[in-house]
Amino acid sequence: MVKVPESSGSAPLFDYAPAPESRAVVDLSPSYGLFVDGVFVDGGGRSFKTINPATEEVLAEVAEADERDVDAAVQAARRAQERVWGRMSGRERAKYLFRIARIIQERARELAVLETLDNGKPIRESRDVDVPTAAAHFFYYAGWADKLEYAVPGRPDVRPLGVAGQVIPWNFPLLMLAWKVAPALAAGNTVVLKPAETTPLTALLFAEICQQADLPPGVVNIVTGAGATGRAVVAHPGVDKVAFTGSTEVGRSIARTVAGTDKRVTLELGGKAANIVFEDAAIDQAVEGIVNGIFFNQGHVCCAGSRLLVQESVAEEVLDRLKRRMATLRVGDPLDKNTDVGAINSAEQLGRIRDLAQVGEDEGAGRWSAPCELPAQGFWFPPTLFTGVSQAHRIAREEIFGPVLSVLTFRTPSEAVEKANNTPYGLSAGVWTEKGSRILWMANQLRAGVVWANTFNKFDPTSPFGGYKESGYGREGGRQGLEGYLR
Amino acid sequence: MTATSASTTSAGPAGADLTARFGDVVGSDASLRRFLHGLPGVDQVGCEARAAALGTRSVKAEAKAVALDLAIRMVDLTTLEGMDTPGKVRALASKAMRPDPADPSCPSVAAVCVYPDLVEVAKETLGDSGVHVAAVATSFPSGRAALEIKLADVRAAVAAGADEIDMVIDRGAFLSGRYLQVFEEIVATREACARPGGEDAHLKVIFETGELQTYDNVRRASWLAMMAGAHFIKTSTGKVQPAATLPVTLVMLEAVRDFREQTGQMVGVKPAGGIRTAKDAIKYLVMVNETCGADWLDPDWFRFGASTLLNDLLMQRTKMTTGRYSGPDYFTLD
Repeated sequence: MVKVPESSGSAPLFDYAPAPESRAVVDLSPSYGLFVDGVFVDGGGRSFKTINPATEEVLAEVAEADERDVDAAVQAARRAQERVWGRMSGRERAKYLFRIARIIQERARELAVLETLDNGKPIRESRDVDVPTAAAHFFYYAGWADKLEYAVPGRPDVRPLGVAGQVIPWNFPLLMLAWKVAPALAAGNTVVLKPAETTPLTALLFAEICQQADLPPGVVNIVTGAGATGRAVVAHPGVDKVAFTGSTEVGRSIARTVAGTDKRVTLELGGKAANIVFEDAAIDQAVEGIVNGIFFNQGHVCCAGSRLLVQESVAEEVLDRLKRRMATLRVGDPLDKNTDVGAINSAEQLGRIRDLAQVGEDEGAGRWSAPCELPAQGFWFPPTLFTGVSQAHRIAREEIFGPVLSVLTFRTPSEAVEKANNTPYGLSAGVWTEKGSRILWMANQLRAGVVWANTFNKFDPTSPFGGYKESGYGREGGRQGLEGYLR
Repeated sequence: MTATSASTTSAGPAGADLTARFGDVVGSDASLRRFLHGLPGVDQVGCEARAAALGTRSVKAEAKAVALDLAIRMVDLTTLEGMDTPGKVRALASKAMRPDPADPSCPSVAAVCVYPDLVEVAKETLGDSGVHVAAVATSFPSGRAALEIKLADVRAAVAAGADEIDMVIDRGAFLSGRYLQVFEEIVATREACARPGGEDAHLKVIFETGELQTYDNVRRASWLAMMAGAHFIKTSTGKVQPAATLPVTLVMLEAVRDFREQTGQMVGVKPAGGIRTAKDAIKYLVMVNETCGADWLDPDWFRFGASTLLNDLLMQRTKMTTGRYSGPDYFTLD
């Protein structure tokens, strides 16, 4: 008869040997300046250090831009916009964008390794998602540069806005840069971009790529620094358009700053997405989708599926399968090609995740973390879920921005919709069911910018992205993404 | 709604009577259909994406050395040609015992897989080497013969000494929804595997997934075969394209994992056909490891049905020990 071994799961026969990606492809310099008017210059502020969150090793010193530096960058951008870039034919601009896209592809490995070093995300994601999608955005908008008259229906005489001041977050440093820079340049604007203070390195490598592509000086300017630098960019009177991705709190202050001026603004802010699993869902794939929804990029995703809404009839089964799957997630060295979950980006963010997880416990939710050994050095948090969460819990309402999933249940489709919409945010949602009509019905009911059906966290340059309510306003990506850079 | 409804306990004793457990399910065509169609669906896009993601795992150094030896031990070295002769089978059997004559540390493969009329030849050559003889029976590969003829085929192979029987299901019956007929054929074949006074031959049930077409069908066929008492479920005959693929194997691995959870019984999985390189084989091992766990990383529970895979495994193995690739002439043809 069939025999059954004593126990399962113990002593795996083959533990994968470490498979680290080589750091040798990256040429890290000990210090970096600002990129203004086509050249690297010193910053007026005090320089700061950027570290590898997986090891706490200092990677480089980065210049801080003060108000004068920001002013110089905006003026350079203005000159370039008025004298060169704005006057250039769309066809010519497209050539530069195509060239940048190709150089991103050529230097993909270098960009991926650098992104992983600076951000802590697994090389698997920077290599397979961030860098290829960034290149895809440049390719996509390069295609639009000579077709702007068709971008906005009914408005054939569109013109660029001028200078765009852009502030991007630390979760997808290069990808968010591409989302912002590619449509702005395609539309004929020039940019002053401030990357996050914890992840400036790929933006500075992008500056080198602009030089390599012979982009006219001043078209792209990169000013590094923290909040003060960002405020200087947003408040600068020479900036015609402000584009921001980041927290709702900072988004509010930006909205206040630009209120009463004639600046255009688009904001991509926080989220608390519902990932809704119906009893008839393809269950193994739904479990994969839940994992991808919340543990992708350590949960540092504004559209992460951080609230799992699962139909009560299958809740137990889904949870059992989810826990089993989470136990196979490999947490550790982000440069290892077999790592699924990397490091938390900063000590500060780790503290916030820990605090909110503690709140979840204090409120009486059941905490479960995947059994995994965390490295001693660096910032780490194990993949975690909370069961027995209700709408009244803080962990069901506040964005945790980490690998923490809150599990709620529902009984009927309309209850699922009510709970999913009962949040101050509205960036994304996921629906898992084998029933096509229900997918369409749900997509109409859900107040979210993106509704994924039987998948999650999929990005494409042709697809607009943006939110409802406190998740911000404006859209990025697609034709709609161009509209935000045209007058 | 789901498979859970069929059983009340999560794990039973080894050798639990499946007929008792699934008695109400397999009582009629209608109840069997209800059960199989009540299994959770498989989302094609998600399933293929998961299989592709597992395929990017990087296995190097010691892990690779362990994986290569394990893969060699899992090979069912196969010759299923109309022109097979005793000489060919004897050569294959010698290779199965000592795949790399230059390196005695190289393990032998799991089994030699032949047509029933050649079982005796294989058995004789293999002796007590521990390498099993597997026979494809039940009018392989089409399975289009009367049940009595198929069973006679099986009995002949078992009588000749086959340790394992690879049967094909009636795909026509399955696709036209005659699930009970397929179920009963598997049960009858399993009975024909009985050997008086000895261990029964192990039954591997081949679905020919290339003809079943959908992943939903693969999952249903898996449960059907497991409920009927299959020791192993196998993707393909190797005569139809596509044969084994990573996503199809993933669905089957999920099925055996879930079946064990519900019944406590383990069932093996054998992808067959089209797996030619060590790199591919390692992808399958990774998938087994991360879907079912290490318990299945054993020739008792996972096999590769292959004829050309072995030489690539040997070549990679030599590369690991010597640091150099040697040409195909350094490895025996069969």
